[in-house]
Amino acid sequence: MLFNLIITGVGGQGNVLASQIVGRTAVKKGMRVTIGETFGLSQRGGPVMSHIRLSDHGQTGPLIPPCGAHIILGLEPMETLRIVPSYGNQHTIYIVNSRPIYPLNVIAGEVVYPDLQTIQNVLTTISGRLYWIEATKHALQLGPAILMNMIMLGALCAIDSFPLNRKDFDAVLPDIFPATKCKLNHEALAIGERLIQSDRISFD
Amino acid sequence: MMNTIFQKNGGVRLLLQGNEAIARGALESGVMFCAGYPGNPSSEIIETLAEAAKTLPLYVEWSVNEKVAIEAATAASFAGCRALVSMKQNGVNVASDFLTNLTLSGTHAGIVLITCDDPSGISSTNEEDARWFAKLADIPLLEPATPQEALDMMRMAFDLSEQIKNIVMFRSVSRLSHTRSDVVIHHLPEISSRAFFNIRQSFHTFPVVAKHKQRHEKLNQAGDQFEISEYNTYTGPEHPELIVITSGCVYMYVKEAIDMLHLNENIGILKIATTWPLPKAFIIKHLQRSNRFLFVEEVDPFLEENIQVLYATAAGQLGIKTFFGKSSGHIPFCGELTPSIVLDCLASLFNIKRPEIQFQTHALTLIQDITPLREFGFCPGCPHRGSYYAIKTALLWDNRDGFVSGDIGCYTMGIWPTGFNQVKSVHAMGSGMGLACGYGKLDRFGFQQPVITVCGDSTFFHAAIPALINAKFNQADAFLVVLDNNATAMTGFQPHPGTSHTVMGNKTEPVDIEAICRAMNIPVSVADPYEMLETTKVVYRMLQECGVRVLILRRKCALIQNKEGGFPYTMKVDIHRCRGESCGCNRYCNRIFRCPGLIWDENAKKALIDEVICVGCGICAEICPQQAIIRL
Repeated sequence: MLFNLIITGVGGQGNVLASQIVGRTAVKKGMRVTIGETFGLSQRGGPVMSHIRLSDHGQTGPLIPPCGAHIILGLEPMETLRIVPSYGNQHTIYIVNSRPIYPLNVIAGEVVYPDLQTIQNVLTTISGRLYWIEATKHALQLGPAILMNMIMLGALCAIDSFPLNRKDFDAVLPDIFPATKCKLNHEALAIGERLIQSDRISFD
Repeated sequence: MMNTIFQKNGGVRLLLQGNEAIARGALESGVMFCAGYPGNPSSEIIETLAEAAKTLPLYVEWSVNEKVAIEAATAASFAGCRALVSMKQNGVNVASDFLTNLTLSGTHAGIVLITCDDPSGISSTNEEDARWFAKLADIPLLEPATPQEALDMMRMAFDLSEQIKNIVMFRSVSRLSHTRSDVVIHHLPEISSRAFFNIRQSFHTFPVVAKHKQRHEKLNQAGDQFEISEYNTYTGPEHPELIVITSGCVYMYVKEAIDMLHLNENIGILKIATTWPLPKAFIIKHLQRSNRFLFVEEVDPFLEENIQVLYATAAGQLGIKTFFGKSSGHIPFCGELTPSIVLDCLASLFNIKRPEIQFQTHALTLIQDITPLREFGFCPGCPHRGSYYAIKTALLWDNRDGFVSGDIGCYTMGIWPTGFNQVKSVHAMGSGMGLACGYGKLDRFGFQQPVITVCGDSTFFHAAIPALINAKFNQADAFLVVLDNNATAMTGFQPHPGTSHTVMGNKTEPVDIEAICRAMNIPVSVADPYEMLETTKVVYRMLQECGVRVLILRRKCALIQNKEGGFPYTMKVDIHRCRGESCGCNRYCNRIFRCPGLIWDENAKKALIDEVICVGCGICAEICPQQAIIRL
């Protein structure tokens, strides 16, 4: 088994923590794990991408080869679209948070943010499956916006082909969060899982 | 959970970042003294060791700069304590003056210099291969390929340093330092040594030629050991059509690319982990296997050039060989290598068509016109936005074509629209002030433009102070603005001499930038960049003054303010006051001020606060001509 997962978004969305949770969970389950993190100027609003590679045999390199992602977890719509040619393929499953983080050049009106419907259409056309979920909206209903990353992880573990499940994630949370914050994060995972299970929104 | 990195027992498999693996490897080697200066991608090494120092008997410090760091660590080595010094590639430049002398005097207890190079300059002002310093200074160079090797090879580095009595260089790159992977840790030793400087020893460079000769003998000793190192490997067919010679984490890309292209019967891999001095006999032995070789390494053609020189010495015996790599154009000279680049190169050498190209071309046509690049910007609430806004406005009022001489930190982004394109030069740490010394003496040649130099608080201590003294001494007309956000913010909030604690958590009396300036009789003002109009007035006033003067713009980094309890305001755009596109301001708040928390509502055609992004610093309330941005 070799499973290639990408978590993509922008600085400040909790990408690196989310990828660490996946990594630690996988190590606990006895898998070989390699996570490549790109976070150059990430705190300064730049794109952040984590390449997470789970394997049951040898060690893998820190970057996923071209078109090699099984799942792309998109914390931000345009950043998800950006990496499709590099890492997607016709079987890739996309789980995308619908909430844009507008770049400064978009805010300034110099360039246009892609229309959300267009993004969904493109991803549907060239993917195995698209799950388009309002993770930020649900996070804000639950507490701070940052919980979005945990809702997205909850959605991730509801995908059948993904080799970890919610119980596995739940078991690792106490290692990572102080006891007072665990409950909220468990809830966020559950919400994400439900969003995939009950909704199964897709445009195919 | 965090403590498991520091547990005594070995044999456990943990998820470690490359830098954490390096730190663990140093602890397993009995390191006692660690110093460094922060800089991506190296910072987590010292941070991890500082965390370890809470429970283990070692000393860790952030030094004021890399030269002092290597000097401090060397003292520990002289006194019999194993020492480590860590920095990014630019830091090695700073440390190099001491390094090239230290390698003549030699060392005592094991000491390792870690450089973390940053291919593509992902978080750097340059793309530099620090490996040349190992060749320049005649010291051994080790290059691990994976986090596991990074951990394991640290022991080798310390042992080797102690055997040959010289410092050993250990090179990582961003993609290794910032990769997490499962790593098996080993037992931590009991530390029993006591610091003692044997006064029968001495460490200096004289007589220079004899010491230089000794340095080469030490290097040869290291070379002999490298011939049998388990980290140098050949894998592949007995006589392949091509051998890829590689080092560092790109080794993994090569390995996977060969698998993906089903070329295991055609290509062998010669992985070199001891890249200086070369294990000559080992390499020549494997050069006999094939007639075609491809070099894959980051950043410069280091192995490529040195191995071709080695080949030339044995060409009569080896016969004609063909070498591919950067020089032949098969591997790019610039930029980080990726699996894609390696796949492309191998596929082209074997005339293989990669099946995924069709998908890539199709996907690219669907997205390329609708996916703009994301512009870098200061964080919401960043004091630098206010500082540059004040500087921009003051220079406009002043109207003499004034400009900003920049430096290294988050505020380097003043070269871009987020800093209103005010900064016109950026080079090395402290160089903005050095340049100011020159501009400040150009008046005799008719130079009349005012120059504002900006530097951060950590940069001030690192290298700006000598240049400031120079400006004072030579009576340059220089205006320094210290952007004091109370942190080494760019690299992750490491403490520095101006903060009130050390990396080990000890309280310390802050070194006062203001007092330093006053001691030199340099006039100093202080302002708050959140008070943009007031700050603009101060900047304008000081622009009219002559001689050396310093303005400290003091406000904590927004990310620190956030951690310490957040910001005072909830911001709101009053949609009755905002006149949208009919205002005449031409969307000034979006187009010029460019805070990511202040967006444009496409439906209402008015400005809008993005409640997910805005932190509530409130400074944008000053900029709206209609006073439509309100602090609640």
